[in-house]
Amino acid sequence: MKEELTTHLGDRLAAVTEACGELTITVLPEQLLAVARQLRDQEVFAFTFLSDLTGVDCAAGALEVVYHLLSMKHRSRVRIKVRINRGTELPSVAGIWPAANWYEREAYDLLGITFAGHPDLKRILTPDGFSGHPLRKEYPLRGEK
Amino acid sequence: MEERGLGMGIEEYLGDTILTTSLDKVVNWARKSSIWPATFGLACCAIEMMATAASRYDIARFGSEVFRASPRQADLLIVAGTVTQKMAPIVKLIYDQMPNPKWVIAMGACAASGGMFKSYAVVQGVDALFPVDVYIPGCPPRPEALLWGIIKLQEKIERETIRGTTL
Repeated sequence: MKEELTTHLGDRLAAVTEACGELTITVLPEQLLAVARQLRDQEVFAFTFLSDLTGVDCAAGALEVVYHLLSMKHRSRVRIKVRINRGTELPSVAGIWPAANWYEREAYDLLGITFAGHPDLKRILTPDGFSGHPLRKEYPLRGEK
Repeated sequence: MEERGLGMGIEEYLGDTILTTSLDKVVNWARKSSIWPATFGLACCAIEMMATAASRYDIARFGSEVFRASPRQADLLIVAGTVTQKMAPIVKLIYDQMPNPKWVIAMGACAASGGMFKSYAVVQGVDALFPVDVYIPGCPPRPEALLWGIIKLQEKIERETIRGTTL
C-alpha cells in the first residue's frame, strides 16, 4: 500500500511514514479533500470506511486532526494526519465519509477545531450551556467556573 | 359496634390482645422496615448494588428488596456511581419525583465527593444537588458496606418524628 500511495498521491502528500507496520500519511490542509476523495474512490485504495477521527492539541498553537481509514477490499489501513494552526479552519470530510459527522462534532466540542462545510457543527458531548474546549492544554482541570 | 373513644379504658375491653405504643414508633418501624429503593445505577457501584440485591447478600433481610422502577414509588435514592455534570439534572429530577418522606444514600467515593474524578465533567459530591442521609465510603463499596449504610439509615429513621409533618 505504501508504493501505491507514493505512486498515485506522491505530489499531494507531505510525508509517508511506516512504523510498527502502520502507515501514516501527512497532508496539508488544502490538499485534504482531494486526497480523501481519491483514497475513497480510486480502485487501488478503496478506503471506503472511516473508522476513527480524532483531534490532538500539539501545544504551541498547533492542532492536529487524525483520520483512520480502512479498506475492506484490500484489507489495509492508513492514517492521515493534518496539522493546522489555531483559528484556521479545516474542510469537513462528512461529505466523503458520513461517519465523520459526529466525530468532527466531537473534535469541535472538545478541541475547538472548526470544520468548514460540516452540515451541523454543534457540540455533541458537553452539557448544554457549556463554554470552552476541555481537551485543550490550557483548559483548567476543574473547569472554568 | 358500640361507639366509644380510644385511649383510657380500652384494655378493659380488649385485655392483653393489644399493645400500646407511640405513633412515632409505629410509623418509624413501618418506614424503616420497607425502604424501597429506586432502580437507578450510574457506574460500577451499581454492580455492587445489584449484588446486594441478589441472593448471596440478600437486601430483602432488611426490607429493601423492592427496587421500584418508578421514583414515584420509591423511598430511597441510592446514588450508586459517578454523577457527571451532564447527568446531574436527571439525577435531580429523579430525586424531585420521589414522594416524601424520602432518603438518599451516597454510595461510594464518587457520589460522596467526586472520587478520583477531580474534573470539569464530574459533580464533586452529590450533596451539591440534594441532601444526603448516609455516605458510604469505598470504590466501589462491597455489598456489606451498602447493607451497613441501609442499617445506618434505619437507625436514623428510628430517631425521626412525624410531629409537625402532614401524613
